[in-house]
Amino acid sequence: MDIESLIAKLHPLERQVLPVLKENKTLSAICKASKLQEIEVIRSLQWLENKGVLKINTSVTKEVNLDKNGLFYKKEGLPEKIFLGVLDNEFKGLNVITKKSKLSREEVNACIGLLKKRNAIDVTKKEDILHIKITKEGEKILGEKSPEEEFLEMKFPMKLEDIKDQKTFGEFKKRKELIKVDEIKKVSIELTELGLDLSSRDLGGEVVNRLTSGMLKDGSWKDKNFRSYDVEINVPSINRGKKHFVNEAVKYIRSIWLEMGFQEMSGNYVQSAFWDLDALFVPQDHPAREMQDTFYLNGKAELPGLWEKVKDVHETGGDTGSKGWGYKFSEDETRKVLLRTHTTVLSAQTISQLKKEDLPAKFFAIGKVFRNEALDWKHLFEFNQVEGIVIDPNANLKHLKGYLTQFYKKMGFTKVRMRPAHFPYTEPSLEVDVFHPVRKEWIELGGAGIFRPEVVKPLLGFDCPVIAWGQGMGRIISEYWKITDIRDLYKNDLKQIREMKTWLR
Amino acid sequence: MPTVTLNKTEFEKLVGKELPLEQLKDRISMLGTDLEGIEGEEIKVEIFPNRPDLLSEQGFARAFSSFIGVKTGLREYNVESSGMKVIVDSSVTMRPFTACAIVKGLSFTDEKIREIMQIQEKLATTHGRNRKKSAYGIYPAKKIKFPIRYIAKNPKDVLFKPLGFDEEVTADEIIETHPKGKTYKNITEGWEKYPFFIDAEDNVMCMLPFTNSEDTGKVELDTTEVFVECTGTDLQNVMVALNIIVTTLADMGGKIYSVDIEYPDQKITTPNLKPPEMEIDLNLINKLLGLELKEKDAKDLLEKMGYGYESGKVKIPAYRADILHQVDLAEDIAIAYGYENFIEEIPNVATIGKENPLEKFMEKIRDILIGLQLIEVKNFHLTTKEDLTEKIHCKEEPISLQNAIGEHNHLRNKIFSSLLKNLQENQHHEYPQNIFEIGRIFESGKTETGVVETENLAIALCHDKVDFTQIKQILDVVAKSLGLTVSIKETEHPSFIRGRVGKIFMNNIPIGLIGEIHPEVLGLWTIQVPIAILEINLEKLFSFLV
Repeated sequence: MDIESLIAKLHPLERQVLPVLKENKTLSAICKASKLQEIEVIRSLQWLENKGVLKINTSVTKEVNLDKNGLFYKKEGLPEKIFLGVLDNEFKGLNVITKKSKLSREEVNACIGLLKKRNAIDVTKKEDILHIKITKEGEKILGEKSPEEEFLEMKFPMKLEDIKDQKTFGEFKKRKELIKVDEIKKVSIELTELGLDLSSRDLGGEVVNRLTSGMLKDGSWKDKNFRSYDVEINVPSINRGKKHFVNEAVKYIRSIWLEMGFQEMSGNYVQSAFWDLDALFVPQDHPAREMQDTFYLNGKAELPGLWEKVKDVHETGGDTGSKGWGYKFSEDETRKVLLRTHTTVLSAQTISQLKKEDLPAKFFAIGKVFRNEALDWKHLFEFNQVEGIVIDPNANLKHLKGYLTQFYKKMGFTKVRMRPAHFPYTEPSLEVDVFHPVRKEWIELGGAGIFRPEVVKPLLGFDCPVIAWGQGMGRIISEYWKITDIRDLYKNDLKQIREMKTWLR
Repeated sequence: MPTVTLNKTEFEKLVGKELPLEQLKDRISMLGTDLEGIEGEEIKVEIFPNRPDLLSEQGFARAFSSFIGVKTGLREYNVESSGMKVIVDSSVTMRPFTACAIVKGLSFTDEKIREIMQIQEKLATTHGRNRKKSAYGIYPAKKIKFPIRYIAKNPKDVLFKPLGFDEEVTADEIIETHPKGKTYKNITEGWEKYPFFIDAEDNVMCMLPFTNSEDTGKVELDTTEVFVECTGTDLQNVMVALNIIVTTLADMGGKIYSVDIEYPDQKITTPNLKPPEMEIDLNLINKLLGLELKEKDAKDLLEKMGYGYESGKVKIPAYRADILHQVDLAEDIAIAYGYENFIEEIPNVATIGKENPLEKFMEKIRDILIGLQLIEVKNFHLTTKEDLTEKIHCKEEPISLQNAIGEHNHLRNKIFSSLLKNLQENQHHEYPQNIFEIGRIFESGKTETGVVETENLAIALCHDKVDFTQIKQILDVVAKSLGLTVSIKETEHPSFIRGRVGKIFMNNIPIGLIGEIHPEVLGLWTIQVPIAILEINLEKLFSFLV
């Protein structure tokens, strides 16, 4: 960067600091000279260092100072001297001595310990009370200036390394709030060649940091010199409002089916076994109906008028040309209330509302379905399914492959494969796989097929091919966002939601 | 789903052709079974529940051999009469049907014995619905004296030695102490008597649906003739089970002999391996599949699936349980044709797409809230009772599930408790945390199922300086964006701070709740940042727009 554009980008704080740097090298001096606060000076020095204008040197020195008690003793004398001063050649009771000395209990105790060690006092105990008298040695000490007193008389603050009487320093450090050692951080600067050059230049008078509406109103912006920013620098991050990423995908999937001319179906999560299972010709003793697979609720559902037709189909095939399941249909079973196990229940309900003149018709739904499973990295007890039906007298298996191929193309998968499968309500039944272009393997996404006449005729009133699919979406959605634990789709971690990239299809 | 494990060498011998591994894998998948894996000599295949006839290596090889064109068409099995009899007593009302057969000329190895035991087990699990609908037994025929009686007796009065026991016990002990007794006891709920097979010398052969006798019901290495019985609640089901078992034994090298079954009111001879016939309408099949098959093509394809075909009529193998309608034949024709050979096609049919208006409305609400910098969360509809009651100081009972295996066993009746949970779990992340959710809530009411479902919106603002004003501002923006006005009337609610909670009204109709969460409630969630909440009924809000 040339020096001119460097000058243009200088922040007002930098501009204020720069001119004083030639004369002032320490932080305190720079603060004083620039009339800025320390924090402002530190910030601008850091910026200038980043620009290669100067080098910041930080040194730490240790400084010794008198603390609270130290200052007091310097003025009033050391407590051990005061204590010695009130003693006699004869034993006197501690209470009397303490009172006379005006020292605190704590100080008195400290003095007794200290003076005993120096043989300055004799201590005896009479009737459980301490009695003390001064010794010869004590009188000598009292008459001389002690090293401690000399220490106190020194000029503080002192550098730690300048202290000669290390013995007294060591003792004082042990005593309460007598002396303290402070760490003094000294910041000084050293101008680089660039800095020397810069500090002797004219920085071009006042620069303006922010364009204000005031300047715009009075036109004063015309006379201003605007500071250039460093536009390449990182800025603090901010957050935006955000849709849940699963809903972003759901929205896209809805748009695909709408584009292809499908109408959206919706309906309840709580359904009767009749709609969820029996209307779809799932035999009443089918293993999937058992308690471990389906969530049941208390209560008995009301049945629609056409339930007896469905009953006939189960028992004998009714008028569908089927043999039926050949058992006795249980009304009790069909009235059970459950959480829908597939969105195909919506297809059954939709078909039951259609008339001949509504055909051909195409419907889709994206909705939650429920399975009685424990939560783990591969299983959720509720998850999204994409459902579709085409009720068209001319519909066939090739169309089914056509619609699904289109759909998956739009989801980013160009190769779709059908494999034979089995579902009680479709014949033919098939499993749909898509080819994962990166992992180079087929992934299984869900079932499809043509509804059996045993399903269609009782609901619609006449037979008509209905091609149908119910595809799981969890895998594709997880795949898109590289989620490997399916629970992460619904863990509602705000950091995850905030940082998840947008659905870009 | 049940699986069948094939030994590659044995399987290829049965099929009559060796295929390269990749082709073998591909063909297995395209037959309508799921290849689970190949490990060394072992091929593990998942069988769909509609094809119990594929549960044995023999049955699977039979179908596969046809499918790849080695041995196509209907397999004929000869049945001769054994002249033996099973007499069904009128007392077996709890399990009234049986079908039996004798198979001779077998030779067993330990491996083969294990195999036929497994086939029985897998069949009973799937086709027999865990023995409830039907169960099966195989006995060394030479140890049995005919005629056999199928009769129900009080278990206290019957003494015999069940499989795996070395002394006789009374039959009622079996229910409590035999492993199979414990497993299948639930099927027999309410039974006073239990069905037994008892031979002409009064030897108990088995107790149903539990176990055979150790003395007469155990196939051993020197067994060459077996007696097979199937019992159950549905004659058709029992007959098909017998057919699957005897054709498997026949494919192992046995010869099938029939048994006369004398019911109190009729006499039948089993097994009946005569293939049932079904008429087929080729036009309908072609229409359904989008193909233009000629009769000859259809015949070839049907034969690849093991059927016979003659002038418009399909002969269905007697071991197939799943052919109810000619659409079932259409599927097999499609499988034989090859699902991979169907070319996708988009028909030229004009239909108009249509969004669900409520979904569309909810999407608009989302957009408004995103504009206010809120983050959408998505919680489960199932949650714990504690989160919906104690932890928000509420008493209303949420709707419970009867049988949830996890702890999430109640349907939520409000969303904001889910939001509190989210805010509890996100305390280590950056604030403000302003979140919302659109989703369903569940309450009891007058509907077909007794449950009313409503789409609700809940918003939670959570940061150090949050207050009632801010949440009210959001409500106002939402209402204003929709061209609606809402009003608030002070109310009391145990989840909120007194004097800082209101009911939201639109045209004098209550549509929701707004306020600051009570510190005690925050404490229950260990949340240390204040929260303001609103929750409204979006369907009511929507109803004012249309």
